[in-house]
Amino acid sequence: MADERLVRISTAGSVDDGKSTLIGRLLFDSHAILDDQYAAIERSSSLTGESGVNLALLTDGLRAEREQKITIDVAYRYFATPKRRFIIADTPGHAQYTRNMVTGASRADVAVLLVDVRQGMTAQSKRHAFIASLLRVPHVVVAVNKMDLVGFDESRFQTVVAEFLAFAERLQLNDLTFIPISALEGDNIVNRSQKTPWHSGPSVLEFLENVHVSGRVNQVDFRLPIQCVIRPDHSFRGFAGQVASGKIRVGEEVMVLPSGIRTKIREIAAPEGAATIATTEQSVVVRLTDEVDLSRGDMLVRPRNPAETTTAFEAMICWMADAPLSVNAPCVLMHTTREVTAQIRQVLYRLNVETASREDDALIGLNDIARVVVTTAKPIFADPYERNRATGSFVLVDPHSNQVLAAGMITRTSTTLLDAPTLGGRVVWLTGLSGAGKSTLSDAVASALRAAHIPVLQLDGDTLRAGLNADLGFSPEGRTENIRRAAEIAQIASSQGLIVLCSFISPEQAQRDNARRIIGADFLEVHVKCDVDTCAARDPKGLYAQAKSGDVTNFTGITASYEEPANADLIIDTSSLTQSEAAQALLDAVRKR
Amino acid sequence: MLSTPLTHGLAELEAEAIYVLRECAGQFDRTALLFSGGKDSIVLAHLAQLAFRPARFPFPLLHIDTGHNFPETIAFRDAFVAKHGLNLEVRYVQDSIDHGRVREEEGENRSRNALQTVTLLDTIKELRLDAAIGGARRDEEKARAKERFLSHRDTYGQWDPKNQRPEVWTIYNGRKQPGEHFRVFPLSNWTELDIWRYIRARELEVPNLYFSHERDVVRRSGVLLAHTEFITLANGEKPEQMSVRFRTVGDATCTGAIESTATTLDEIIEEVALSRVTERSTRADDRRSESAMEDRKKQGYF
Ligand SMILES: Nc1nc2c(ncn2[C@@H]2O[C@H](COP(=O)(O)OP(=O)(O)O)[C@@H](O)[C@H]2O)c(=O)[nH]1
Repeated sequence: MADERLVRISTAGSVDDGKSTLIGRLLFDSHAILDDQYAAIERSSSLTGESGVNLALLTDGLRAEREQKITIDVAYRYFATPKRRFIIADTPGHAQYTRNMVTGASRADVAVLLVDVRQGMTAQSKRHAFIASLLRVPHVVVAVNKMDLVGFDESRFQTVVAEFLAFAERLQLNDLTFIPISALEGDNIVNRSQKTPWHSGPSVLEFLENVHVSGRVNQVDFRLPIQCVIRPDHSFRGFAGQVASGKIRVGEEVMVLPSGIRTKIREIAAPEGAATIATTEQSVVVRLTDEVDLSRGDMLVRPRNPAETTTAFEAMICWMADAPLSVNAPCVLMHTTREVTAQIRQVLYRLNVETASREDDALIGLNDIARVVVTTAKPIFADPYERNRATGSFVLVDPHSNQVLAAGMITRTSTTLLDAPTLGGRVVWLTGLSGAGKSTLSDAVASALRAAHIPVLQLDGDTLRAGLNADLGFSPEGRTENIRRAAEIAQIASSQGLIVLCSFISPEQAQRDNARRIIGADFLEVHVKCDVDTCAARDPKGLYAQAKSGDVTNFTGITASYEEPANADLIIDTSSLTQSEAAQALLDAVRKR
Repeated sequence: MLSTPLTHGLAELEAEAIYVLRECAGQFDRTALLFSGGKDSIVLAHLAQLAFRPARFPFPLLHIDTGHNFPETIAFRDAFVAKHGLNLEVRYVQDSIDHGRVREEEGENRSRNALQTVTLLDTIKELRLDAAIGGARRDEEKARAKERFLSHRDTYGQWDPKNQRPEVWTIYNGRKQPGEHFRVFPLSNWTELDIWRYIRARELEVPNLYFSHERDVVRRSGVLLAHTEFITLANGEKPEQMSVRFRTVGDATCTGAIESTATTLDEIIEEVALSRVTERSTRADDRRSESAMEDRKKQGYF
């Protein structure tokens, strides 16, 4: 008993997969259902005219749910065996309640996903698997239920397993276990069932009792977010907080974020009293050897292993509000014990959780999962969620209604956006046919860079020819001079630290080589590639039509030739990439240089 | 000062509760800790002491007194406050009745339990509290199973179970508009057994009502009520002396006793572990209807 651990479980299943029955069964068979509760559900079961006792009623807490017979909010259940204590976050399966499942999974050691053997993988099951993967739940159990209805047929079970595995290939599920069960009849719930001699794995409870559960916390990187300062009198100043990850000992050197000041741990007080070490998830008070000013929201780390100090990062978010996401709207970002003003600057893509594929749709609504760029007014001290749940997670809150807008997981703490200012100026030269997507790409990259407060200059043929180059025509000489002037401007701007995005058809290799010569080392030649038929079909300015009818002469791709770059630094094929993938590819290239 | 080492499970619950208490200090300006002198609030007050040691915890205790408390509980409460040098505010349901804020229920099953809500909400206004910390646990009752650690209440003090804020990871959103407040439940994940094992491990004192003693009780619809001045005997009801103890020590008009011979913490723990009924089965107030608790909570009950 001395080692009994708390195991946090989240459950999910589509309506009627038997989730409530499974939980009821676990509670009942582990004797966590007491006589008066049993009597109450017996009463309710007979009231609603059900035959037998409906164990599902036990877990359906609220009146509205009892009336509609559905679970609508996360409810918590407790049960214990001689070995362990369990907390079940019971989350409903409806599509509209993805946010509940995210809530339940956020703290889980184990996710139990119910699948009805007769239905196989439904859209809902995929959603559940996806969320477990997104939130990096360390262990996933797929309970294939209602085996009694298929005569405990192994092949039916294997079919579901194969279906699940095919989908899971696109996910990041570390530890995946399949168990054939009948929640109703209790097969493979507590004990292994006689009816599935072909199943060599554990029962659900056996699995839960033996699963290794320290996976959810990072034991390596010491992070102590300060919750409050304890100051009974002038002689004592202690900093209170729960160790988010890692550990620290008395005497070890620590660094304060954001100030960067270094000092040492003088004293650690745990609930039992003085301690020599503070470990993950302990609530402690530390005193430091130097008089350092620390307040709520600051963080203690090891000097050689700090969290990333960042004001711009990328994250996956689950949108939890009824109103759709509004780009650039100010909101409050809650991260560890820190609250800062933040904005979502860009939606990179939306994830279709049922196919695990990316979609370009920029409108993000309730229960959508999206990858976004977030900037903050003040720095936060973060790690990628994958490495550290505690310092990689955040919540966005509406500053007016105070409702939670989104739960987020940081995917990159120091992105393209963050690195770029230290890289200094450079010129990105986008060459390609009219309609290949140069301007669209330029706009997307420019707004991402501006979001990170990186100065950008965008140059393109239309803008220059409207003023500065109004004296030039479309003869080969006029075109060459047009490019020369553009390159000169780009060179001046990049030498002053700007990222210059140039969108010019620049059809001849000689023109581009000339630009490279003028600009020098910080030149990135990018071929924005797209076949001429696709460009002509896009025809955003109606020029292809005019060229074909002869109203426009010397038109590249139709009546003038385009020399593809022989040695482009980067080729972006817009006929096969989405806009955000193209933008990301270019941002990555800018960062690498 | 602290004797037995805690099991992993209890240590985790303790750390979690302390974290939540410190969030109160970090996020709220005027907090009070609801203290009834019962076991949960004793554990809570102890955790608050640990959370802010060596400083005193930065909030007063608040007791909403129905006037129908067991004298043992009140005596314990006052001794506890004196011993630990704490600051206690008491507000009386009787005052709410006298001021016409609430009407006393009628009949032999009358109770002031539900009336506390009004007194509590009035007190929250009077003291301009933005958070009230309570010892409620999710295992107590099914409506409580859905409670958050930080539970938002609108300007009328009401709980909206269908529109609760998602509580993701351990990021607790205590942001609010003027006039709104929060109920904070640091013991959310504790069970009755955890409370007792913690009391034993940390050697906390509790009122002797929790231990078996001889007492006159009245059997009323399956509940053993203490025969006190607060209850009126119905026709044919006769008090009988029995060996009992209480699993909760709330309002004497609705808190039932159980037959028990448990006189030590070890015996209580054994009894609770083997018990086949929940602790709230001894509460007459929850038996009123299937959703009695949920309905009270929506109105602003603890
Ligand atoms: N035959 C059979 N029926 C089941 C099983 N598990 C659940 N059910 C039934 O499926 C229905 C839905 O179950 P419930 O637990 O309420 O589903 P939930 O919506 O996932 O919580 C109920 O009628 C259950 O009795 C099972 O293993 N076998």
